Amino acid sequence: MIGVDVTRRWFLASLGSAAVATGFLPAGAQAGPLFGGVSSGGYDPTIWYEIVGDGRILVHVTRAEMGQHIGTALARVVAEELEANWDHVEVVHVDTDPRWGVMITGGSWSVHKSFDQLSRAGAAGRIALLEAGARMLGAPLNECVARDSEVRHGTRAVSYATIVSSGRVTRQFTEEDLKAITLKPASERRFLNRDTVARDVPSKVNGTAVYGIDRKVDGMVFARPVLPPTRYGNSILSWDDTAARKLPGYLRTVEIVDPTKTCQGWLIAVAESWPIAAKAADLIEVRYKSDGGAASDAQMLAEGARLVEEPNAGGVFYQEGDPLTRIAGAGAGEVHEGTYRTHSALHMPLEPLNALAWQDGNTWRVHAGNQWQSVTLPLVAKALGIDQANLVFETSYLGGGFGRRLYCEYIVPAALTAQMMSRPVKLIFARSDDTKFDQPRSPTVQRVRSVTNETGALLAYDHACASGWPTDSISPELLAPSLDGQGKIDLFAINSADHWYDTESQRIRAIRNALVHATLLPGYLRSVSSGYTTWAVETHIDELAHKLGRDPAEYRLALLGGTGRNGGVAPHAVGGANRLRAVLQRVMEKAEWSGREALPPGRGMGLALGTGQEREMPTWIATVAQVFVDVSSGAVTVEKLTSVVDAGTLAHPDGALAQVEGSMLWGLSLALFEGTEYENGLPRDLNLDTYTPLRMTDVPELDIEFLRNDHMPVGLGEPGVISIAPAIGNAIFAAVGARVRDLPIRPEAVRAAMGA
Amino acid sequence: MISFSVNNVDVQVDAPGDTPLLWILRDWLNLTGTKFGCGVAQCGACTVHVDGQARRSCVTPVASVAGSAVTTIEGLAATVGDGRELHPLQAAWIEAQAPQCGYCQSGQLMQAAALLGDNPDPSDDDIRNGMAANLCRCMAYIRIKKAIKLAVRAQNGGRK
Repeated sequence: MIGVDVTRRWFLASLGSAAVATGFLPAGAQAGPLFGGVSSGGYDPTIWYEIVGDGRILVHVTRAEMGQHIGTALARVVAEELEANWDHVEVVHVDTDPRWGVMITGGSWSVHKSFDQLSRAGAAGRIALLEAGARMLGAPLNECVARDSEVRHGTRAVSYATIVSSGRVTRQFTEEDLKAITLKPASERRFLNRDTVARDVPSKVNGTAVYGIDRKVDGMVFARPVLPPTRYGNSILSWDDTAARKLPGYLRTVEIVDPTKTCQGWLIAVAESWPIAAKAADLIEVRYKSDGGAASDAQMLAEGARLVEEPNAGGVFYQEGDPLTRIAGAGAGEVHEGTYRTHSALHMPLEPLNALAWQDGNTWRVHAGNQWQSVTLPLVAKALGIDQANLVFETSYLGGGFGRRLYCEYIVPAALTAQMMSRPVKLIFARSDDTKFDQPRSPTVQRVRSVTNETGALLAYDHACASGWPTDSISPELLAPSLDGQGKIDLFAINSADHWYDTESQRIRAIRNALVHATLLPGYLRSVSSGYTTWAVETHIDELAHKLGRDPAEYRLALLGGTGRNGGVAPHAVGGANRLRAVLQRVMEKAEWSGREALPPGRGMGLALGTGQEREMPTWIATVAQVFVDVSSGAVTVEKLTSVVDAGTLAHPDGALAQVEGSMLWGLSLALFEGTEYENGLPRDLNLDTYTPLRMTDVPELDIEFLRNDHMPVGLGEPGVISIAPAIGNAIFAAVGARVRDLPIRPEAVRAAMGA
Repeated sequence: MISFSVNNVDVQVDAPGDTPLLWILRDWLNLTGTKFGCGVAQCGACTVHVDGQARRSCVTPVASVAGSAVTTIEGLAATVGDGRELHPLQAAWIEAQAPQCGYCQSGQLMQAAALLGDNPDPSDDDIRNGMAANLCRCMAYIRIKKAIKLAVRAQNGGRK
């Protein structure tokens, strides 16, 4: 473990002048935003950071902090090329000024998509400071080096602080200039792939970290929504707040008229305190006109099952050759078919949805956790009837994102209530409100049919996947053309179905389940489509191995030729399936795969590979799960999970490890502990008494290893999730011969499959 | 007026007696380190100490703490030493880099402090069982457990 010096300046700065001994802050200390202050007057060769006169390097972070220590990771990328002294580097989370471009924190993209840009920005600063420093030292440029925030020539040096405060560094860089820069060779790296501590951690152990729910402004009142019976198709016939008016501190109830149609039949109870607003919301009597969708999981899954059987439903995500003819011409027993289903799964971020909105002169301000400012800001501006230029989001820390804070539609009712009340409003959803209108991972049905020859080669592979399409509801302009030219598809509803196994012919289809869309707003749940497509692919491949009488690990190795399309593309997928083979071979050693037959009865090992989140950014993972199955009840206990991960260069290795630890446990939680069913258009489980994510008592032994290299960094927030469920399912088969094809895996299903 | 102490400061609060202590701390007293998670004592994000015992402040009526001593995450450090240094658990939390999003961590720390108050040398099972009622949605459990063990070791003067 790295030594930690908590007296560092950045830690003290995070404490501010608070009265440490009591925790009581000076009056007004809560009023200021934690984020957003970008200063000026220093040197900023690009918009991505500024070096101020005292030598501090303020890295401008546009990605939201929701547990991934993203500011630290991105600042390391800048510091590497800038040759900064790490103690001089500070993380600044920015506002929504248009100059930051598209602002999104999702897809496990943050480090990958920022890497080249921030590396070049850092290098630009180094180049400019070297030029200016060499002049100040009177030394030839080619004899000077930059290191630790200094330009050095022999034994003499001039600090970045001195250079910047002299005003002698002014060089600006065009896009072309930046493109022309040659980045450092990996052998010269001093920050990346090397450990550090995360800058956001100290404020998260003493209560000072500011989340969306923590902000206050003068004159603020509190609110809780009164939600309609389902998400869509409701309008209010009448309402009565007689009982609520008896509550001391109750102010009024606002009927939301929403030009964006985000809120269909919403009331908002407003009070001087949140407990009163919460009580009032429960006391308001409402009559609705309801004609929206109110389907159940069972109905949505039945519709999905119907859709995957339709020969040409949906759109083509990937096709090569003609698998359909091959399948149609197959002999009896030659086609292996499996149908894989997942039930609704919920985000349940521990910080319930909330937003504070207020008008500040001509500007509207919103303080709320937010993963995708670029999609929500236009929505809120439209709702308020204002120009986007007059709306600013002040991002805070997120008390969990997991995809629920990508499309922040819950800001709309907060802003409209503030407009109606003519004063700042903090809208907080009760946990049950948050759950009712979650944007869940919708129920999914996938059918996979395949034909192999006697050596196991995949001759034909046909995968159809019916689900909700989050992008269709949230940002339809980002739908992608179907490869057959027939309409569009949501890549985020099908990614990772295009596996890296050699296949002679294949077709992969994404099908939009309209009954899902009539009922709920399907969302992006951590690991998104990869969380269910990998369940289907890796279960199916395991079934093939067993059908062929092959060792599931050896069979996968045989299918990972790593040539042609599966040979990968530089820089994001260099090596392709060869890297997948490497993590598989390593996990077999680590988990002692060859000894699995010696496990006692009821125990088994299962294997699965993961390449989330997409072919454009694969993180290579192999996982072995060891489980125990109680044959009398079908109850599954996961005893150990071993994952080997190749994510390329690690910007913040300890943060990377933390993400893999958490995401593996997410995968386990989704496989065995979570899941709900919609009934009458709402989730059956509304709070954490019956929706039961994994607890500390349920944590198995984890063994994690990164294969370290200097390749392009890829994603880490989500890929660790996706191989867990199929590894567990495959281990259950190995243990007791029960093939489960539904997530979550329930004991009854295991029992039933044992007899099958 | 309801009188009690918070982090060794006497406070008087004018609020309905059934108001959950959570909201009194957050919105009356500006101590926002204590978090709202579920409202039904199922997640532990709102955990504080009342007279040294861990309590779920979301279901604790403020009237019930009249005359009591309440400690929140902001006052945890001051329960050892003069409060200008971190509590051993907080230092261990940093050493283990335990928090991810951090939202549950105030509650985790307060629960852990109560656990160590009752049992200064907990076994792994004691830790797991003692912390089972605190949900970490990021599932940072490995490091939370590790941090508790680091703190125990530090409290025992590095022995063990």
